[in-house]
Amino acid sequence: MTARVGVVLFPGTNCEQDVCFAVEALGGSAEILWHGDDTLKSVDAVVVPGGFAHGDYLRTGAIARFSPVMDAVSAFAAEGGPVVGICNGFQVLTEAHLLPGALQKNAGLKFVCETVEIRVETTASALTNAANVGDVLRVPINHFEGNYVCDAPTLERLRAEDRVVVRYVRNPNGSLDDIAGICNEGRNVVGLMPHPERASDPILGSADGVVLLRSLLAAAGARSLPARSS
Amino acid sequence: MPSFEMHVEVTHLPGIADPAGATVERALPALGYTNVSQVHIGKTIRLVVDAADEDTARREVDEMCKRLLANPVIESYVITSTSLERA
Repeated sequence: MTARVGVVLFPGTNCEQDVCFAVEALGGSAEILWHGDDTLKSVDAVVVPGGFAHGDYLRTGAIARFSPVMDAVSAFAAEGGPVVGICNGFQVLTEAHLLPGALQKNAGLKFVCETVEIRVETTASALTNAANVGDVLRVPINHFEGNYVCDAPTLERLRAEDRVVVRYVRNPNGSLDDIAGICNEGRNVVGLMPHPERASDPILGSADGVVLLRSLLAAAGARSLPARSS
Repeated sequence: MPSFEMHVEVTHLPGIADPAGATVERALPALGYTNVSQVHIGKTIRLVVDAADEDTARREVDEMCKRLLANPVIESYVITSTSLERA
């Protein structure tokens, strides 16, 4: 059965078509989820894509959290559904308290738009189950607020529980502990600043994001299987 | 019900990047102000709240700050209130 991936569209989101394209190129089916709807249309996974949800007014992701679709996303995440936030989507997931910490402005005062190397730190997540620990992937970043920060006890927990999913090989934005992406306790919710969908075909300069998107499709596929009879 | 004009000043917690403040701090010496340091740029949010009394208004705005107006991971806030005279 084809894994169905819902892609959330807020006013100001601008990466939803890229995510849909990449998902479909890998054999999944993609479904746009309008932020004003409180249903996920029975999808098997959710991507909160990049952009400037609600204009990023007040703070990045701060208003998006109150869109009706986010209640459905939170409920879906609570029952183990795979949810991935990319870039602005990561910011939305932290504001929605689905992931700890926050994304502050880049150190160095610059908007950073470049292809960076990230290292896979754990394969126990909805975004890395098809990768190997230590894999170095070339994936673009494109952000001004990508500098991950959290308090010391939270960082301690993230490390102790193996919840740093990907780290920058060379830190581009001042992010704490070189963190590029983290997951929740259930490991089904992942947020990361790099854009796997922009590294999903060699013609884009890198296809290294494919392994991440395949992981998400695998996590989605596991849910789309008929319930086990026991 | 009485009305209160509330000011919320949201600033970055110590150690949190403030690129706007840093940029202004670097620009001021170009105008001859070489005696300036510790420039911070935050946000001011002004709102009028109808409440039974000033304490209630402050309590509600504090809750608004925690839930929306500020992000406690990276920001702190100060609330000031003024009672508005009835017209």
